[in-house]
Amino acid sequence: MRVLEAIRLALQTIRAQKLKSGFSAIGVFIGVTFLIGAWSIVNGMNRYMTEKFAGTLVGVNTFHLRRSPNVNFNVQDSVWRAWRRRPRIKFADANAVTHALTVSVVTAWYSEDRGSVAYNGKVAKDITLEGATERYLDIMNLKIADGRAFTPQESRAGTTVVVLGHDLAQKLFPDVNPIGRTVRIHSIPYRVIGVVERQGNLLGISLDKFVVAPALSPIQREVNPPGVVDALIVKAGSEPEMREAMDQTEAIMRSRRHLRPRQDDNFAMETSEGVLDFWKKLSRILYVVGPGLVGVALVVGGIVIMNIMLMAVAERTREIGIRKSLGARRRDILRQFLAEATALAIVGASLGIVTGVMLSWLLKVASPLPASVSPFSILLGVVVGGGVGVVAGVYPASRASRLDPIAALRQE
Amino acid sequence: MSDVQAFRTGDTPLPDIVILTHKLTRDYDMGGEVVRALRGVSLQIRKNEYVAVMGPSGSGKSTLMNLIGCLDTPTVGEYWLNGQKVSDLSDDELARIRNKEIGFVFQTFNLLPRANALHNVELPLIYAGLPGKERRAQAARALERVGLADRMDHKPNELSGGQRQRVAIARALVNVPSILLADEPTGNLDSATSAELMQVFQDLHHQGQTIVMVTHEHDIAAHAARVVTLRDGVIATDQLQAA
Repeated sequence: MRVLEAIRLALQTIRAQKLKSGFSAIGVFIGVTFLIGAWSIVNGMNRYMTEKFAGTLVGVNTFHLRRSPNVNFNVQDSVWRAWRRRPRIKFADANAVTHALTVSVVTAWYSEDRGSVAYNGKVAKDITLEGATERYLDIMNLKIADGRAFTPQESRAGTTVVVLGHDLAQKLFPDVNPIGRTVRIHSIPYRVIGVVERQGNLLGISLDKFVVAPALSPIQREVNPPGVVDALIVKAGSEPEMREAMDQTEAIMRSRRHLRPRQDDNFAMETSEGVLDFWKKLSRILYVVGPGLVGVALVVGGIVIMNIMLMAVAERTREIGIRKSLGARRRDILRQFLAEATALAIVGASLGIVTGVMLSWLLKVASPLPASVSPFSILLGVVVGGGVGVVAGVYPASRASRLDPIAALRQE
Repeated sequence: MSDVQAFRTGDTPLPDIVILTHKLTRDYDMGGEVVRALRGVSLQIRKNEYVAVMGPSGSGKSTLMNLIGCLDTPTVGEYWLNGQKVSDLSDDELARIRNKEIGFVFQTFNLLPRANALHNVELPLIYAGLPGKERRAQAARALERVGLADRMDHKPNELSGGQRQRVAIARALVNVPSILLADEPTGNLDSATSAELMQVFQDLHHQGQTIVMVTHEHDIAAHAARVVTLRDGVIATDQLQAA
């Protein structure tokens, strides 16, 4: 009996016993669904992190000079407390670095905090208030959709003008053009001069609920103590230039802080690489936990299939006897039952793939998780699912093939 | 039988001898105790003979039947089937012999309950490695020959006892075996259907088929041309009878 014949027979048997086959394939089904689903989440996050998250938070060829890193993972309390004791970055530091850098770079500094913005009795709470210099919008790649950004003059003069994020503009001005209107931030009036393009969201958090005002405008009192900035952003044209700028910045800051050679830096320079580092640590955990859970589900699925096949061999002893009396060799019987177990597992795996893909699509549409199905995981699902079937089928099939035809025929 | 070859170990049977057993012995180990089911059975059956094997239960006729059917191998002795020594073949080789040389008809029909008549008859051809189209054509012809052309897509439980046994006969003959081996073929049939079946056997015999039939019913054995009686694992009588 050829292999195709065995497969055809297996599919026939499965079709004849739909309910039983359904139950026996459920373990593999769940395992593969989980495999596809979980993998798509990690895969999607990975792409998202490398393509968007790091770029959004820091930017390409850009570093932030800060008191301590902004994106952290699993930081010990003592380290955290040490960071809190560090001196803050001052306007003067930012200016000194900006002027001393010999590499051609674009810089901006900013401070931020949360607060509320009001217009005409409407109040938008939990808005990111940014006090920044004029190149901030450029460096952060925030494009103006309507109106204009503030000028260097306005920035230096601390004019009370403001640029709104897309969502905030929508909320405060649902049916009028916001340009030229006056909003109040902590009761100080600012004139709206521009609205930024929609940025979307990052892991479910809207990136469009912010205002940007000149760093020297009264907003500085709302976001930081006098003369203090959250970060100086330095954007270089290329990776080596950025490295050079970082070296220079470190030297300048160390000399400004009078650090001895033995002392560590008491400031941080954060790049997108650093942010990705954080993600890599997280994804390493996901890559260990995910396959572990999938493995458990598949082992259970394999045991279920093995049980079902052992039952099938017991139930069909007479059939095996008949087949043997008609000339079936051991390997024919072995193939028949192995094909059945494998077909069961592959049917389960295929359903799992379909469900997993749908699940990942649903996640993408209905939740902030950026799921994306990896083609490799589909291949892996089929191979692993089929492999489980083969492994689970070997023992029952070999038992079936070794049955004595006389005894098997006598069985009721 | 006076005119059979006096067979000695090392000889080869004459060409028209389909079945030759030489001093067949079969012991069973029943929990430490050795039961001797056959104690040296020497038997020769020519082409186109119609032989009934009789004997009370425990006489060893089932054991002999299993050995002749290549479902079992003897403890001691030789068995030649159609000019080939099969008493010391491996499992897989025996499977091939069962497939090509032997057509079984069982008391309980032994059809696959989930498969229709056509598929049941196809089974030996599947194991013979025939392609699907040819298989179905041959199986259909075999069913036509036993008068079941209009029942091909019926499952066994949709057929009468006599029809089931005829499906079994079609299956037994589809590979054109050297011998048709029937084990109590009428055991589950009423007398009218039994008579019909005996007519089918008679026709096959006239067409040249070699038939070996195990039965304990004298009136069924009466249809055969030769009756071999076993008692306590040896041949007690072996006589020709008028048809």
